[in-house]
Amino acid sequence: MTQRHLLTIEDLGADGIVELLHLTDTFTEVATRAIPKVPALVGRTVAQLFFEDSTRTRLSFETAARRLSADVLTFTAKTSSLNKGESLRDTVLTVSAMGVDAFVVRHASSGAPAQIAHWLEADGNGEVVVNAGDGAHAHPTQALLDCYTIRQHRKEIADRADAPADRLFEGLRVLIVGDARHSRVCRSNVEALTALGADVTLVGPPTLLPVTTKGWGVSTSTDLDEALLGADVVYLLRMQLERQREARVPSLPEYTARWGLTTARAERLDPSALVMAPGPINRGVELSSDAADLPCSVITDQVTNGVATRMAVLFKLLSAGRDSGE
Amino acid sequence: MSEAIVLRGAEVIDETGSRRADVLIVDGLIREVGDALAVPSGALVLEVDGCVVSPGLVDLHAHLREPGDPEAETVMTGSRAAALGGYTAIVAMPNTEPAIDNVAVVEQVRRLARGALCQVEVAAAITIGRAGERLAPFGELADAGVRLFTDDGSGVQDAGLMRRALEYAAPLGITLAQHCEDNSLAAGGHMHEGEWSSRLGIPGAPALAEEAMVARDLALAALTGGRLHLLHLSTAGSIELVRAARFKGLAVTCEVAPHHLMLTDEEVASFDPAFKVNPPLRSATDVAALRAALADGTVDAIATDHAPHPPHAKQAPFDQAPPGMLGLETALAVALTVLEMPVEAVLAALSWRPARIAGIENHGRRVAPGEPANLCVIDPAETWSVDGTAMASAARNTPFAGRKLTGRVRHTIFGGELVVRDGEAQR
Repeated sequence: MTQRHLLTIEDLGADGIVELLHLTDTFTEVATRAIPKVPALVGRTVAQLFFEDSTRTRLSFETAARRLSADVLTFTAKTSSLNKGESLRDTVLTVSAMGVDAFVVRHASSGAPAQIAHWLEADGNGEVVVNAGDGAHAHPTQALLDCYTIRQHRKEIADRADAPADRLFEGLRVLIVGDARHSRVCRSNVEALTALGADVTLVGPPTLLPVTTKGWGVSTSTDLDEALLGADVVYLLRMQLERQREARVPSLPEYTARWGLTTARAERLDPSALVMAPGPINRGVELSSDAADLPCSVITDQVTNGVATRMAVLFKLLSAGRDSGE
Repeated sequence: MSEAIVLRGAEVIDETGSRRADVLIVDGLIREVGDALAVPSGALVLEVDGCVVSPGLVDLHAHLREPGDPEAETVMTGSRAAALGGYTAIVAMPNTEPAIDNVAVVEQVRRLARGALCQVEVAAAITIGRAGERLAPFGELADAGVRLFTDDGSGVQDAGLMRRALEYAAPLGITLAQHCEDNSLAAGGHMHEGEWSSRLGIPGAPALAEEAMVARDLALAALTGGRLHLLHLSTAGSIELVRAARFKGLAVTCEVAPHHLMLTDEEVASFDPAFKVNPPLRSATDVAALRAALADGTVDAIATDHAPHPPHAKQAPFDQAPPGMLGLETALAVALTVLEMPVEAVLAALSWRPARIAGIENHGRRVAPGEPANLCVIDPAETWSVDGTAMASAARNTPFAGRKLTGRVRHTIFGGELVVRDGEAQR
């Protein structure tokens, strides 16, 4: 991983992903200690710029930074000066002038973290930028924590079967179900999973599949029942309620009937299959309440692993910066 | 009156062809064109060996932002950018604040253009306030000399209203210029819908949003006999539609913008709003189709769609930034760089053909004795880099910053006055 920032999974490549997954193991261990905190980033400041509402990602990054002993400052669009007509660039350069080491950026517009990284570099500033989700573009730490979670569970299966643990993703059949078109989680997971050798299929109504998946290395399907046969991972994207207003689906019940993981569908899954979701989940829409609570659901593991994954990312980016600065 | 000027040793190109000759300009008119002309005493002699002397360029499509947004551009700064780009006449688009939809605002812009470095013609809106509901006073505006009408910035969505506009316009001898974009199909897209919009997660506007309105308006023009000009066509499909309509004998005209001849939607991968424009940068296939359509004459003109925005407006997330690119200072060089056409054919699309479409009589004429001295002198071989921080426009939003282009404007002569000399505006 030679990139200074983490903006997309593409920045990492397969080797970079694997490196971060290994590093995440270390920080998973830290979480099991009586005092789950290490002094790795003492004296460093992480600024969280959340221009879009997000409770779980913000808390996850904040927990990660604090467990690394970094100082954290957070602001959200509602408390920022953006409402007073300050441009995004001015806001970022103002916080930069206070002296921070990293920006964790969430923004509703695709590309905003990349633009921020560009403005900081053009201004001669050395902060690293971590993309915490931008528009429908990318959410790289989500994809990393998802891969980590898949690896964790496949490893258990592989250990039992005495199979090699290195190639856990090769040929793995992953379905990503739902609003792939508007999903940054989908795009980053496609990049990560295909880089690691998984076989990814996007499933959903034609109005919510990407306009084209040329260059993505995935298959698409509009038939969930057919796609579920032999699936190793079923990843359910969050269904935005406004898609009904945009007439992308006639109604949410019709969506659920065709593309939701209903209890009946969940029962047909292979016992070793994993059910995942980025959350927050709409119970009864993209998956039934029962399916969310099945043993094969690893949704809460995803949340747990999010902290260790983000510790790995912050540690990797900020300790690299420190090395070059000395 | 301005001093006499002799352009010595150039290749003179106009619609009658090209020849090597000197050009003598006296009192705003071309006095003589010929070999080894005698230099009147006191005349300024410009050695332009290796350069091309052409009728001044004519832009059908410039957003000068006045009245309303002088931070982006003024008529004066826009005219300076135009002169530096070799233009001696430009058409100011009416999507100002307020919109140019009545004679009073037309007169206001004409007053602002007094002392400009090129001629500024004013286009007026098709509908009042560009709201797409009621027709602007075409008759009054035509009487005041307006020849081109457009709601540019958006298209006239209502097909019935566009039909009536074309019908009413037909006997007035005016031309309706359409910005072809069906809003319901464009659906708020911020870039071309395709491989890159999918990958970047930016909502895309499909090529069909343009083509649907091109098809509709070609049919309406055929039905009504109204004169139609299609602005900034950007897709291979639009070109096919125009070609088919021409084949059937429809007298429609159309233009393309320089950026659509050079750049593709892949540029948006940088997320730099300098690459946001409407119609958006399209695919490489579309770029190739536009170049071919210029070469075979399907496309009449290259028009800049010069659209200045102040820096802070473009320092926003891609989906929040306004669309638009600077074009006046780079159009000729972009065209000469990317088009594999004779220089005469490029100049036809940049000078005399757009002059005809806009009904601008004193520009795009022959380089011959007695004609008005609206000329530009071009060094077709000079290679230069675009400096995005050194534009004459009040704005900086060029998509060509840092790019190497071949072909540069050396001098511009407007009404006999040397307004640009050696690439520098003289006022």
